Amino acid sequence: MLIRYRGQEGMLAWAFHRISGVAIWVFVIFHIVDIFLSGANPSAYDTVLQIYASPIGRIGETLLGAALLYHALNGLRIIVMDFWPVFTRYHRQLWYLNWALFMIVGLPVAFVILKPIFAV
Amino acid sequence: MTQRYSQSGSPRPTRRGAERTVWYLMRLTGLALFVLSLSHFLILHVLYDPKDQTAAFIANVRWSSLFWRANDWLFVIVVLVHAILGIRIVVGDYLKGAVRMAVMMAFYLLGLVLFAFGTIVIVTLPKPTG
Repeated sequence: MLIRYRGQEGMLAWAFHRISGVAIWVFVIFHIVDIFLSGANPSAYDTVLQIYASPIGRIGETLLGAALLYHALNGLRIIVMDFWPVFTRYHRQLWYLNWALFMIVGLPVAFVILKPIFAV
Repeated sequence: MTQRYSQSGSPRPTRRGAERTVWYLMRLTGLALFVLSLSHFLILHVLYDPKDQTAAFIANVRWSSLFWRANDWLFVIVVLVHAILGIRIVVGDYLKGAVRMAVMMAFYLLGLVLFAFGTIVIVTLPKPTG
């Protein structure tokens, strides 16, 4: 599973969903610990947030946002097909619709997050 | 017959029981997270920039009202439920028997610890000063 290729968009949609889900899991662990620091050790929290604001941090946030947006859109696609099975016939089209929405929403957000890297 | 990529993930179950409840809970929390997680990301990465988010910002701005503390507490609960149920499907695809059980116990414990951390900071972070 996940490595053996079994067919085009359906499998890629599933594999990306799984990979993005696990990636978000990892981030949630870090994020709950870092927000906990805002109370337990405020100066340590401020230091961690400077990492978020750094160029590498911003690239990481952009990737996180991409994982989150993909997982959210594909999750809706799964729900639609679960409750209205007629849509399983159009699972490919729904996946491309997801990518269109992903670009329309994601690119402007990525621009806002990454812009400070280039602003001197 | 549609292709199945996952052995432990499944189409809509018809038989009553815990697995069906879990299946619906996964979708229900997923829908809630569509709103909760994307709004969270937009607020804290687009409306505000991480460079301004000091511990004082969290106490005085972000969590200045009971509404946002309650919102984020609901968020952490729903995220952890969805994450635990999701990892349960992933673990079930790769591990079996006692190993699967042990790994899931570790994740349940991790989920409880994260819930405790999140709850403690939301409840105890001082209210705005001045």
